Amino acid sequence: MEDERSFSDICGGRLALQRRYYSPSCREFCLSCPRLSLRSLTAVTCAVWLAAYGLFTLCENSMILSAAIFITLLGLLGYLHFVKIDQETLLIIDSLGIQMTSSYASGKESTTFIEMGKVKDVVINEAIYMKVIYYLCILLEDPVEPHGISQVVPVFQVSTEQLSKVFSPKKICYLSPFSAFLLLLRFSRNVNSCQDYLRTPDSYF
Amino acid sequence: MVLKAFFPTCCASADSGLLVGRWVPEQSSAVVLAVVHFPFIPLQVKELLAQVHQAGRVGLAVLGTWCHRRQGAEESLGHFLEGLGTIFSHEPWLQLCREPGSKLWSCKATRRQVPPRRGAPYEDQVMLVFYDQRKVLLSQLHPPAALPDRQAGDAAPSAGGLAAVFDTVARSEVLFRSDRFDDGPVRLSHWQSEGVEASILAELAKRASGPVCVLLACLLSLVSAASACRKANVLVSVLLDVALGLALLSWLRGKDRIGPLAEALVPVADHVAEELQHLLQWLMGAPAGLKMNRALDQVLGRFFLYHLHLWISYIHLMSPFIERILWHVGLSACLGLTVALSILSDIIALLTFHIYCFYVYGARLYCLKICGLSSLWRLFRGKKWNVLRQRVDSCSYDLDQLFIGTLLFTILVFLLPTTALYYLVFTLLRLLVVAVQGLMHLLVDLINSLPLYSLGLRLCRPYRLAAGVKFRVLEHEAGRPLRLLMQINPLPYGRVVHTYRLPSYGCHPTHSWGSLCRKLFFGELIYPWRQRGDKQD
Repeated sequence: MEDERSFSDICGGRLALQRRYYSPSCREFCLSCPRLSLRSLTAVTCAVWLAAYGLFTLCENSMILSAAIFITLLGLLGYLHFVKIDQETLLIIDSLGIQMTSSYASGKESTTFIEMGKVKDVVINEAIYMKVIYYLCILLEDPVEPHGISQVVPVFQVSTEQLSKVFSPKKICYLSPFSAFLLLLRFSRNVNSCQDYLRTPDSYF
Repeated sequence: MVLKAFFPTCCASADSGLLVGRWVPEQSSAVVLAVVHFPFIPLQVKELLAQVHQAGRVGLAVLGTWCHRRQGAEESLGHFLEGLGTIFSHEPWLQLCREPGSKLWSCKATRRQVPPRRGAPYEDQVMLVFYDQRKVLLSQLHPPAALPDRQAGDAAPSAGGLAAVFDTVARSEVLFRSDRFDDGPVRLSHWQSEGVEASILAELAKRASGPVCVLLACLLSLVSAASACRKANVLVSVLLDVALGLALLSWLRGKDRIGPLAEALVPVADHVAEELQHLLQWLMGAPAGLKMNRALDQVLGRFFLYHLHLWISYIHLMSPFIERILWHVGLSACLGLTVALSILSDIIALLTFHIYCFYVYGARLYCLKICGLSSLWRLFRGKKWNVLRQRVDSCSYDLDQLFIGTLLFTILVFLLPTTALYYLVFTLLRLLVVAVQGLMHLLVDLINSLPLYSLGLRLCRPYRLAAGVKFRVLEHEAGRPLRLLMQINPLPYGRVVHTYRLPSYGCHPTHSWGSLCRKLFFGELIYPWRQRGDKQD
């Protein structure tokens, strides 16, 4: 079962969220980020080449031009391979764990799998960045201290700014993992309808 | 909890039989290791499992039945398999079934002794997770954050989720020794039974490689008690070192470069000494427009010039022997590139010995001056340094003490720029030499501590170094159990270097940037290559 909705992020790019339902115990959420725009690529290339040509007229050394071409190519390849994320996927498998995959524009995929035993809780965090944005976080257990938290892992790392349009809860709430999954399923509805699934917030921080 | 059945991909095409593996009740997961084919005697199966339990300390059991229906519906097989559940009692009893020629699977897990709860079914929901048995057997899981006080002891198999799966497969090596093609009492199907080599040479090589590997492992274990990966890293680093050294040696000897190199060395040293002379003449004049104290300037300048003159004579004395020395140094490169680089660093230290001497003279003078100045400054303010209490105390001085103290203070203050300038110039020169030597030491360190074997392993056999796993959802149909493919997520290169990095016995700076600046300011001598445990001056 598939479901697709499109949103727009802060900068105006188009975001697409795809939800797939495989079975009662397995769901997948796929967020596609805006693509690399030809306009920005052309602008950067022209800037670099103009600067190189300026240097060339000063130094009369043609190595500068070839170096500029190499730098542009390598920079573009590096950007596509290490920086530009095309798609972020969240796969939730009941009693196994949570898997987050980021696929880059060059085809590289980097996957992190968190076992269910290590997940302490799933929370929604507030961050102040020009305005208030909300993002989903997974809290990991600390093996040494049973009541402590060893790590906070944000989900959909690159798309958090963009996802602020998707989540807009009225307050910070602490959810049990299943209710977080249910919340993810109900993007369009108001959070208040999930009141029956929420616990009273404990002080984790 | 959903019941997870970890099924090896190699057994997906095996004939019908019994499923043998380990049941982890905390995770509600069944790790299937092999399929036992018909005909078998239940007693022999139980004996084999007890054998594996003794060898690997992992409790295996018969988990259920596997039915791979070939052409023609075999109803009798179905009933026969149902009956087996009574012989090998296991809670829960798995029944996996596969339709011929299709990707449709069906799984059932029945519990007999659990009292039925209200509305809860007898059967558990089953999720199939396929895994590549050979890769899981060979791979080594690297936990994300290793605690410093946790010991990797030989404890019971860890129950930490997926680590339990890896552990189970690794400990059941005894089970994988016999195959369905062997004439043993029990016929098993596992990763060994796929891909029997067509070429007899490859098969013989595989058989021969077993004892050879055991022999190598024994030899290596005699050398050191470190883990296999670390030993391999050390060996590969040493081999690379020697190879690079031999390359350097052949390059040096190829076009007979030692002669011209030796001939160029003495003029270079002469040139450096001449430049230093010019520098000292400049300092004795009016350097950068500053007005120096003429008398002190002349004294210091003449002293350093004389020292330089001695040094130049020494170099000229050594010049006939330089070529022979360089030839022997080049020969030492066959021991490794790191040896050659270290000797080169020592040669540089020897050749710039005069700069080191100048630095020490300048630093000592400056340090004395600073000490005197600080002590007289305290006197000026009416205070004193209490050596016993290690603090500044107030003290009442006599008038003549104050008078002489103030006079000396003034003299030292006015002589400070001269000394400071000499100190600054020679410290900069010394730091330059130290930087060059430091670069060489860094290169030596890099060659020694880079774990090349682990990096090569990560490149060629990425499943051996696992950071974790990743799952992929396979073709799914409503009503059928969920099928996932578990693949190994290899360790990123940065973590490989960090985990397997060899300890470098070289020089780590014992002081930070702050303490370095402090020492420079107060004129204390800097010993860049002193180790942490050495005696302090």
